[in-house]
Amino acid sequence: MAVPREFALFRRTKALENEIDEFLDKLSEGALSFRIAVQTYLAHGRTPAFEEKLAQVNALESSADHLRRSIEIKLYSQTLIPESRGDVLGLLETLDSVMNLMEGALWAFSIETPEIPEPFRADYNNLTDMTVHCVDALTQSARAFFRNIEAVADHNHKVMFFEKEADKISTKLKRAVFESSLALPAKMQLRYFVEKIDDIADRAEDVADRLAIYTIKRTV
Amino acid sequence: MDISAFIFLSSGLFFGWALGANNLANVFGTAVGTRMIRFTTAAAIGAVFVVLGAVISGSGTSETVGKLGSIDAPAGAFMAALAAAVAVFMMTRAGLPVSTTAAIVGAVVGWNLFSETWPDLDSLRSILIGLVVGPVLAAGFAMVLFVATRAALAAAKVHMVRLDMYTRLGLIVAGALGAYSLGASNVANVVGVFIETSPFTPFTIDGFLTITPAQQLAVLGGLSIAIGACTYSGKVMHTVGAGLFTLSPVAAWVVVMAHSIVLILFASRNLEAVLAGLGLPTIPLVPISSTEAIIGAVIGVALVKEAHNIRWYVLARITVGWVMTPVIAAVICFVGLFFLQNVFNQEVYLPAVGDAVETHQPG
Repeated sequence: MAVPREFALFRRTKALENEIDEFLDKLSEGALSFRIAVQTYLAHGRTPAFEEKLAQVNALESSADHLRRSIEIKLYSQTLIPESRGDVLGLLETLDSVMNLMEGALWAFSIETPEIPEPFRADYNNLTDMTVHCVDALTQSARAFFRNIEAVADHNHKVMFFEKEADKISTKLKRAVFESSLALPAKMQLRYFVEKIDDIADRAEDVADRLAIYTIKRTV
Repeated sequence: MDISAFIFLSSGLFFGWALGANNLANVFGTAVGTRMIRFTTAAAIGAVFVVLGAVISGSGTSETVGKLGSIDAPAGAFMAALAAAVAVFMMTRAGLPVSTTAAIVGAVVGWNLFSETWPDLDSLRSILIGLVVGPVLAAGFAMVLFVATRAALAAAKVHMVRLDMYTRLGLIVAGALGAYSLGASNVANVVGVFIETSPFTPFTIDGFLTITPAQQLAVLGGLSIAIGACTYSGKVMHTVGAGLFTLSPVAAWVVVMAHSIVLILFASRNLEAVLAGLGLPTIPLVPISSTEAIIGAVIGVALVKEAHNIRWYVLARITVGWVMTPVIAAVICFVGLFFLQNVFNQEVYLPAVGDAVETHQPG
């Protein structure tokens, strides 16, 4: 039986809403799993528990990819939110890139298995914490963009704060690494991993900047 | 029935076509321009509701316009409608939003000047008040509605995608209401001048429902507006949509609603009856310029949102166009009547009783 157009519109709207929510769920889940994975690595090295977390982030990343494509196709083929779909598209793709960076960092740990000396571990942990807080605030900001536009600024403010904190820890850590008596290749590898994690916070801040502009455009 | 009467009506239908093409774009322009509603949907809804508005509540305003000049010869009415249509066309070509109400008033006054009669001052006063009050009232309604809508949306925290759906439905409802109000208010501009010389006679269906000549004219006028909407408004809609691009779809909804409320207020006989029943002063039944109402509403929204962004020189240009339109229509009507009378030997007004012996047929 043919469904009346209005009902079809209601159903499609609900489906799209759910997909967007699900996409953001994947991102916040991904960030939490990322933290556990790094903590596990710092404590015990490349254990099966770490590999399991990596696989989990991997799966989250590919299902987020899936959702993103499905949302984008719906937005364009059904001419939904014509005013903001370009912005939504940009937002989803950059959020997805944050997810990619988290996955990439974990892969790097798995492949290179860097030896992280005990004195630096606490700061690696702190850096990861700040980065995950940053991504979490970004996820909330993106949720607010869809539902409660006035709250975007509050969450963005937190993104900026955590990103700055991450930068401070990253600078301090890199300085400590290079002031240590380790061999240069080890120093460079340790710096590489600091940057790998800090890059995630930097990217999150870039996305928050975009969100701020999209929000101004969307204010009625 | 005299066939020439229909030939004379043709200019009114042409005017109706121009009105439909221009003014329905006011109502649906932003929605279509921003791709919230498809043009075919907009045109179909617009056509149906314009006719409904014209037939159900168009007669009150038509009678006011009819009384204004009391144009008593079909050829005179033909010229008045033609002059108004040409004035509208000229202003449109100059890229200025144009009021069909102002155009027809100008044309009627042109006829009055030519026939050395006085326009009905009561009607003229009501229409002029409507022309000034209409946009101001639309601005007021738009401000209130915009503030209320914004507060409601902030409180409701609706998902962007769902808001999009609600806005679409809202734009369709507002567009239908807008088309209805346009038919009710502005069919008067199209057929008002023909009321006095209408070729129609009242007829009764089943001894129940009497269709007055004014209503029969309203059907015709409504249809001509609907045809204008279907055949030519697409291009104008895309221009209006692009021109008013700074309006968000929600703001566009507010603008169309404010416009429609004002037009209906000044066209509703029921409201008049209710107000009269309560012993309150009634609102005159006059055509309100749909264009002016839209512009008023946009300014209303802009004042709430960001007053510093209003381009006042554009507004000044619009105002100049607003004053020019009736003047141009009056001049065209006057010159046209001269030709119609002296070159085509048409009787453009009935001789007054005093000079009945004189004929206006040269020769």
